[in-house]
Amino acid sequence: MLNIVWPIFIIISFSYAIFFGNLNNLNSEIFASTESAIKLSINLLGTICLWNGIMQIASKTSIIDKLTKFLKPVINFLFPELRKNSKIQKEISMNMVANILGLGNAATPLGLKAMKSMQEENKQKDRLTDSMAMFIVINTASIQIIPTTVIAIRNSLGSENPTSIIFPVWIATICAAVAGIIAVKILINITNKDKEKK
Amino acid sequence: MEFVNFISNLAMPAIILIIVLYGIIEKRRVFDDFLEGAKEGFSIVISILPTLIGLFVAIGALRSSGILDMIIKILTPLLSIIDFPTELMPLAMLRPISGSSSIAVATDIMSNYGVDTTLGMMASVIMGSTETTLYTIAIYTSCVKIKKTRFILLAALTADIVGILVSVAICRMFL
Repeated sequence: MLNIVWPIFIIISFSYAIFFGNLNNLNSEIFASTESAIKLSINLLGTICLWNGIMQIASKTSIIDKLTKFLKPVINFLFPELRKNSKIQKEISMNMVANILGLGNAATPLGLKAMKSMQEENKQKDRLTDSMAMFIVINTASIQIIPTTVIAIRNSLGSENPTSIIFPVWIATICAAVAGIIAVKILINITNKDKEKK
Repeated sequence: MEFVNFISNLAMPAIILIIVLYGIIEKRRVFDDFLEGAKEGFSIVISILPTLIGLFVAIGALRSSGILDMIIKILTPLLSIIDFPTELMPLAMLRPISGSSSIAVATDIMSNYGVDTTLGMMASVIMGSTETTLYTIAIYTSCVKIKKTRFILLAALTADIVGILVSVAICRMFL
């Protein structure tokens, strides 16, 4: 993706600057940008190392198992097809817990495992099942309890209160997730009706 | 407003406290576990650093060359209908496509308009509440080699749009 987006950005902005004369601005911006990338990375390093360490503690305790049990009713509502398949349910809920805690590195492999298990149960191998569709959309609209990257960005820019966005983020992300879930439920009904007609 | 701030400020310390206490109760060597995880943080950040440098330069060039202002001017009449701040449009458009370029755009917006201004807060909340939708869909569908993805792109983008609009609205309300 970036192999397309990045050259487009470079080409349009550099040629615009050359023809419409913002070259001084552009030149100083090039070096300012590399500097702010480094500044952000140093802040990211602190925040991400701290958070990763804390989450490593969490993953060695039984917290994740406990949270997984807590999610059971939610999973039953979201994935009615999987009511009887506790193995897939467990994989899905572990992925959800990892996402919520912001363990991106752990969440993706768990999620892919759940996808493969669902594919084994899939009768139409080239088409997503209802559960798979719901699972992917939930992953694209995942709730994250501490948005570490944004906090690091805000910190590197000298915000007076880098964590002040946490509560608004929860509200926005819950609304997004609910909208995604409703959209999937509606679209499942529409597409399955179409299929029956055929 | 004060309540919102209180909850926000409570979240991180409370979670860290709970996790450390939990580790102690379950008799873990918590600091060893902490170090093990913290070490991994290095490789994560080092691996995205080159991407960030490349994208920060590209986004900085878009703005400083003046072309971004021109695009924003063209979009303004359209966006004023739904009352969406034009300055955030580049972020809204890139967010579902590329995680690292949206980090670069969001940082650019925050440093230009001020990190604690309403616009800076909006950019922060959008970044925190949405995901790199296209990337997620790509890896999850390709791991099971499915091309018939039905409606998931539509549903996922609906979620993103709602997330972005709510982010803007909530910053106008509370902050």
